[in-house]
Amino acid sequence: MALLAHPKARALLFDVTRCIGCHACSQACKESHGFPGNGEETELDATTYTVVLDKGDDRHLRRMCMHCVDPSCASACPVGAFTKTELGPVVYDASKCIGCRYCMVACPFNVPRYEWSNPVPVVRKCDGCIDRQREGKIPACAEACPVEATVAGTREELLAAAKRRIAENPDAYYPEIYGEHEVGGTNVFILSPVPFEQLGMKIGLGTEPLPNLTWEALSKIPGIVGVGCVGLSAIYWITHRRQQVAAAERDGKE
Amino acid sequence: MRPDERFRPGFWTWLFGVILAAASVVTVLRYWKGLGFVTNLSDRFPWGLWVGFDVLCGVALAAGAFSITTAVYVFNLKRFQPIVRPTILTAFLGYILVAVGLMYDLGQPWDIWHPMVMWNPRSAMFEVSWCVMLYLTVLALEFSGIVFEKLGWKRAIVIQHAAVVPLVIAGAIISTLHQSSLGTFYLITPGKLHALWYTPLLPLLFFLSAFAGGIAMIIVESRLTSRALGRGLEMPLLMSLGKALVVALGVYGGVRLADMLRRGVLGEIVSGSREAAFFLLEMAIGVVIPMLLLSLRAVRRNSGRLYHAAVLAVVGVVVNRLNVSITGLEGAQGGHYVPSVAEGIITLMLVGIGMAVFAVAVRFLPILPLVEQPELATAPAPAGSLTALPARS
Repeated sequence: MALLAHPKARALLFDVTRCIGCHACSQACKESHGFPGNGEETELDATTYTVVLDKGDDRHLRRMCMHCVDPSCASACPVGAFTKTELGPVVYDASKCIGCRYCMVACPFNVPRYEWSNPVPVVRKCDGCIDRQREGKIPACAEACPVEATVAGTREELLAAAKRRIAENPDAYYPEIYGEHEVGGTNVFILSPVPFEQLGMKIGLGTEPLPNLTWEALSKIPGIVGVGCVGLSAIYWITHRRQQVAAAERDGKE
Repeated sequence: MRPDERFRPGFWTWLFGVILAAASVVTVLRYWKGLGFVTNLSDRFPWGLWVGFDVLCGVALAAGAFSITTAVYVFNLKRFQPIVRPTILTAFLGYILVAVGLMYDLGQPWDIWHPMVMWNPRSAMFEVSWCVMLYLTVLALEFSGIVFEKLGWKRAIVIQHAAVVPLVIAGAIISTLHQSSLGTFYLITPGKLHALWYTPLLPLLFFLSAFAGGIAMIIVESRLTSRALGRGLEMPLLMSLGKALVVALGVYGGVRLADMLRRGVLGEIVSGSREAAFFLLEMAIGVVIPMLLLSLRAVRRNSGRLYHAAVLAVVGVVVNRLNVSITGLEGAQGGHYVPSVAEGIITLMLVGIGMAVFAVAVRFLPILPLVEQPELATAPAPAGSLTALPARS
């Protein structure tokens, strides 16, 4: 049932050691989606799909949708409003959404946002610039970055590039690629000079796609239905048969 | 059945009126200004009181219907027949109120039918929405017999009676599935839900605790009804339910502790954390104290003590669901969620409507057993009969 990583799918690589915290990516994101704000927000919200966070020591961390290989949001959504596209990005179809917000509960990275002040609210999150990517362009954030801290490419290419950077400069990097294996892999990779938890990133998420955990339970449903139908019918037959036999015996004696 | 008393609003009626008035204001604001205007929900806490209490507890505490109907119609334990109808009514109202609660909580409630045509079988929420729809239908059909009886529609009664056993079996399976699936919701949050509550056994634990909570709820509701209507109580039945509740709580508590032992998280209980305090509260009032009390014959025999022990078990289920849906997530989400007054008002309104409709229904429909004539209420059904419904006035 699990979805597998597609090596040719589009991905992003963000390198903390390169980022200068200029907010060009977050501004470009705002512009390309037509959102208000200057791009210097510190929290994701319904009109802020990515933020650049100052982590001290001249380190800056981007936060955005990780575009999981096997997304929790897509598995959680009762109406299938989220889709993992072949192209890579996880996209959301507002016309299906009923607003249960289970996607927000399910997301291990706390990414989806809700339009709390809209009487007809929808979920909002980074769409990986799917429209631009369908036209063959790269996401606005990667295009805007002046120092190639965020670069676009295929998942395969970027993984290789990330490994190369670590190998060529082992002192500058913490030797892991965030997103290579986390929750079954993501289409956004992060390289950091220090262990990820020092930047406040979630660690210990495991390498198993989280949808497997719910599927483990849900896949038992057909069995429960089958055993339930047969078992309860059998119990009904036995308990009522016993009563019939008892009644018949009583009648016989009289 | 006759409404022989003139309507004299008392304290509770007035209170209900005030809640309804406040709730209508909240309702207007909810749809006019959006969820953020009336609730304390946020991107960190997208689910609050309306999911934690109205949905999770509403469903759990309606579990009495499937267990009692299964006991009576499948296991042929006919002595529980007299409480079948009130528990069906309780469950029916419970699920209707869950649906009404969702009208407030869902961002786009007018699209609530979407899961019927837009399928995602990988989603626990998809399964729960189907089960709730199906079980509401089952409950409506089970309840319809009572209405047909009131209306005197003989043919409809015969048809409904013939369908009772299949309905009961379907209801038991559907209930088992979605009671547990409410726990499945949280299987996808291993990095968020505190270790005191996160376990792969969440579905089983939700089912077991709902089973116990459903029994406790029957005891509570029997006592409230008898007090409100000034009627007797089916004490022998309730004493048996008290015993069953001890067993149900014991199984639930046992599985819970064994699982914690296996996962090696028992140490969390004495960590002195906020979560540990809420865990202890939940287990003490919901499992340990009611089990101790109900294992005493003196408690089970006394309707007041039995009632209070059952109330504890009910509150325990409520605290558990709120712990899973709120307390257990606060650490990972950073910060606290406390429901807004408006959220509280809507929840109170739902509880109030449930109690009011129950009170009206038992006065006008043939729902309650005739305890004044116990031989009538407990008369054995004719052998092999599917109807097995005691005669009523």
